[in-house]
Amino acid sequence: MGKIKIAVKTPSIDMTPMVDLFFLLLVFFILTATFRPEEAAPIKTPTSTSQTPIPDSHLVTVLVSKDDKVFFNLDNGTDSTEHIRAKVLQAIGSNYKIKFTPKEIKKFEGLASFGLPVAKFKDFLNAPDQKTREAMQIGIPIDSLDNQLTMWIRFARTYNNELSFTLKGDGDANYPVVKKVIAILQDNNVNKFNLTTDLKSGVAAEIPAEFIIK
Amino acid sequence: MAEIVQEESNKGKGKRKSKKHGTHIDMTPMVDLACLLLTFFMLTTAFNKPKVMEIILPEKPKENEKPPELDKDRALNIILVENDKVLWYVGIAEPGKTVLTEENFSKDGIRKVLLERNKQLFMNITKMNKDVVDGKLKLSRDSIEGRVKRYYKADKSGPIVLIKAADGVKYKNIVDIIDEMAITNIARYSLVDINPVEKMMVQTKLGKPSVTAIK
Repeated sequence: MGKIKIAVKTPSIDMTPMVDLFFLLLVFFILTATFRPEEAAPIKTPTSTSQTPIPDSHLVTVLVSKDDKVFFNLDNGTDSTEHIRAKVLQAIGSNYKIKFTPKEIKKFEGLASFGLPVAKFKDFLNAPDQKTREAMQIGIPIDSLDNQLTMWIRFARTYNNELSFTLKGDGDANYPVVKKVIAILQDNNVNKFNLTTDLKSGVAAEIPAEFIIK
Repeated sequence: MAEIVQEESNKGKGKRKSKKHGTHIDMTPMVDLACLLLTFFMLTTAFNKPKVMEIILPEKPKENEKPPELDKDRALNIILVENDKVLWYVGIAEPGKTVLTEENFSKDGIRKVLLERNKQLFMNITKMNKDVVDGKLKLSRDSIEGRVKRYYKADKSGPIVLIKAADGVKYKNIVDIIDEMAITNIARYSLVDINPVEKMMVQTKLGKPSVTAIK
């Protein structure tokens, strides 16, 4: 019988399609990835059973940290060409007789949440590094004498009329502060807002047996 | 492996009969890196977006407007106190008469209290949801929400929950109780300030000296 000659060459798999696919996916994920700038304060949100995702844009977030400081964040609109943050900052600056340079405005647009009195903003935006900036975040004044949160809310609304409001509080924040923030929101006719929460593990809420329909 | 094989074209006079294989570029490191980056981006992409809980508070009454009258029998007052405990009573607080009941946040705690009072509405909504799941009722997501809203609006017998917070309450307690409202399908609730009478009652209930009561 004629023997079949086995090829000596090691079998090689053509991996080109796989690599192509990898690159395609890689490009996709790079382009869709949105990097969130670091928040001004670490906030551990409480858990709930709600499964509604947070809206993508036109979002104002009022943050309350563990040590009861209040922060504010608003987005730039649907895309960054709208420059809503820039407009709001300029308007507030002129209200306080502060003129911001284009460089400072640009810096502000790149930041996320902030929490400091307006008077300190110039120093804040010119701070050399993250550490100095962090130290300056002493919270937005919310007392009735100098209620800057109201001002931020009003100006944010002036430049973006499809805003939705979100309250993101730390689970350990004291309620009186949160209550104050809610009162300020209500004073500005924001009666409908979202509370940011984490999804509770073990999703479905347990119901006592007598209330379950068989 | 993935590699580019550059065929050396020996046109012309064919000076040298060099290697037949041509130049190989080893792409393994590049592919490794691509893989690594891909994994990184896949994992960091925010698939777990934070969730939100919508809350709609009743509008503040205007200055010359009377707040709406509250049906006493339907008013269920929930007072949150420190250490994740909940006290509740029905109606209007009368010192010495009203009894506060203590509950916790477990399924047989405040949830049971709320469900007992809101049984009709809760059962209606649960039944509708069950029908949808079983395929007896064909509804889109939006119309389910619409129906739930209509049930809420038509609710005439369920409790009107007034959520109050005593001293030392954390924000998470508030979120927990609002979440309970969502779980038990309470149609009407609001966040209300605690009044002095209730403050006193809480202090007697918790057995604390009533020094801070007169503040």
